[in-house]
Amino acid sequence: MSEITAEQVAHLANLARIDLSSAEIDRLTVELGQIVDSVARVAEVATPDVPATSHPMPLTNVFRDDVVVPSLTVDQALSGAPDRAGDKFRVPAILDEE
Amino acid sequence: MAKAELMDYDKALELFEPVLGFEVHVELNTKTKMFCGCANEFGSGANTNTCPTCLGLPGGLPQVNRQAIESSIRLGLALGCEIAETSRFARKNYFYPDTAKNFQTSQYDEPIAFNGQLTIELESGRQVTVDIERAHMEDDAGKLTHMGGAAGRIQGADYSLVDYNRGGVPLVEIVTQMIEGGEADSPEIGKTYVAAIREIVKALGVSNARMEEGNVRCDANVSLRPRGSNILGTRTETKNVNSLRSVERAVRYEIQRQAALLTAGGTITQETRHWHEDTGVTSAGRPKSDADDYRYFPEPDLVPVAPSRAWVEELRATLPEPPAARRKRLQADWGFVNLEFQDVVNSDLLDVLEATIAAGAPAQSARKWWTGEIARLANAAGVTAESLVTPAQVAALIELITDGTLTDRLARQVLEGVIAGEGTPSEVVASRGLAVVSDDGPLIAAIDEALAGQPDVLAKIRDGKVQAAGAVIGAVMKAMRGQADAARVRELVLERAGSAPVESAPSESVE
Repeated sequence: MSEITAEQVAHLANLARIDLSSAEIDRLTVELGQIVDSVARVAEVATPDVPATSHPMPLTNVFRDDVVVPSLTVDQALSGAPDRAGDKFRVPAILDEE
Repeated sequence: MAKAELMDYDKALELFEPVLGFEVHVELNTKTKMFCGCANEFGSGANTNTCPTCLGLPGGLPQVNRQAIESSIRLGLALGCEIAETSRFARKNYFYPDTAKNFQTSQYDEPIAFNGQLTIELESGRQVTVDIERAHMEDDAGKLTHMGGAAGRIQGADYSLVDYNRGGVPLVEIVTQMIEGGEADSPEIGKTYVAAIREIVKALGVSNARMEEGNVRCDANVSLRPRGSNILGTRTETKNVNSLRSVERAVRYEIQRQAALLTAGGTITQETRHWHEDTGVTSAGRPKSDADDYRYFPEPDLVPVAPSRAWVEELRATLPEPPAARRKRLQADWGFVNLEFQDVVNSDLLDVLEATIAAGAPAQSARKWWTGEIARLANAAGVTAESLVTPAQVAALIELITDGTLTDRLARQVLEGVIAGEGTPSEVVASRGLAVVSDDGPLIAAIDEALAGQPDVLAKIRDGKVQAAGAVIGAVMKAMRGQADAARVRELVLERAGSAPVESAPSESVE
């Protein structure tokens, strides 16, 4: 059985800015534990000749040329913003820096 | 903000050994951003260079800019790094309004370049080799402006405004290993190291390298180790150190501040500190905490970058001569003393001077014009010297002085004409009629007229009082509107007055 604790789940939720109830934390603790266990089982059958990979597709070096394409208009860019001031996004005061 | 206690610098060094580390961010000068085709340009209207990808909108999909990869590899090579066989991007997750994506696309466990070295030379001639841990690629954040409260500061701000034009601009972050043994030179090492990076990226042409526009930014890590101890002290990371002088000052300040704090029995908090250019102090930022748990994971939308060895070697072949070696070579070639050469380097005129000399001008004349009259005019106009005239124009101007067409004084007028867009130096000479009058005919006519107008002077000269000739020479130069060679006028005046030219006579400075 995995070592995932309710504290870890709460910490992770906080880092991800997801507001979880204690019932949700309890449920996710069990589910995440199962996921970690499942990954551990896969790791058991993985052999050294299978390199770890972060991508399922055997692709590398997919690039685009350095050519400018039209951007959004300022109004399009700001259309989804909760608030704006002139041509800038307006956001609440940031308190925890400096 | 409360001023921190500072210990005398020499005293601090007696008690502690400074240990340094630097993270330098270099903004690449690609045409487009790192992962989208929005323009990478400084100074355009707010939020005019954004798209779903750099704004982190649903449906946005990053695509890697090939030019940014090439620039990163070339920079890595110039820093003596190995280039990774495979390298990948990772998401660095954090919530802060300077990134709309809620993560920075960076590199974590597989940077593009690693294990480099850069040797720098201090003013004393001391050489210091800085080990480079890694140089990795990432995208820049947007620009925040804090409104209300105390002028532009975050504290007490009512709200902030965001411009995402810079968000997504390609950066290379260069991270050093710990630098030990810097001792009293530590602040200078910081300044010289950042200057060397700036010079390299400029020589490579991968960045505009303007610190005042944030193209090169430095975070300085400083910790103190008590003498006789081998335990590393807690480090602080000072951000926003964005001029060479500030790097030097900030390192020195942190050494003095930490020494005072430690000696008084305090402890150093591992934290981000902010450098304040105006007051010359650092202030505490946030402590390292949960906020630094970035939950890095491989960027699922981008495949790995696996530069072939052939490509890497192709890029290596494009590297310019290392700036430090080039400086040594040029100084020797031009025969400048240190002071003269430093003047050129500090005025950022190395490139134009080299081009001017290559166009045929003698080194000292080229130096004199660029660091003198041209720099003065540029300064007055608030522009760079090289924006006023081209090296070819300056070389042509110097050529006209050398062949006797122009005196220095006339050349300054020609220079003004060239800067005003009136054409090449020769064209300005012709159109403004500025050449030295070398034909004796008009000179003799002017001299005879002047002598006739001042019979008393003529009499004095004939009495052997050659100093009296000055009045006539002045009148002739005035009549010729300065376009005569004063020494020649003097010879002719004495000749016309019937007295033999005097070889040893002090030359008149009519100019």
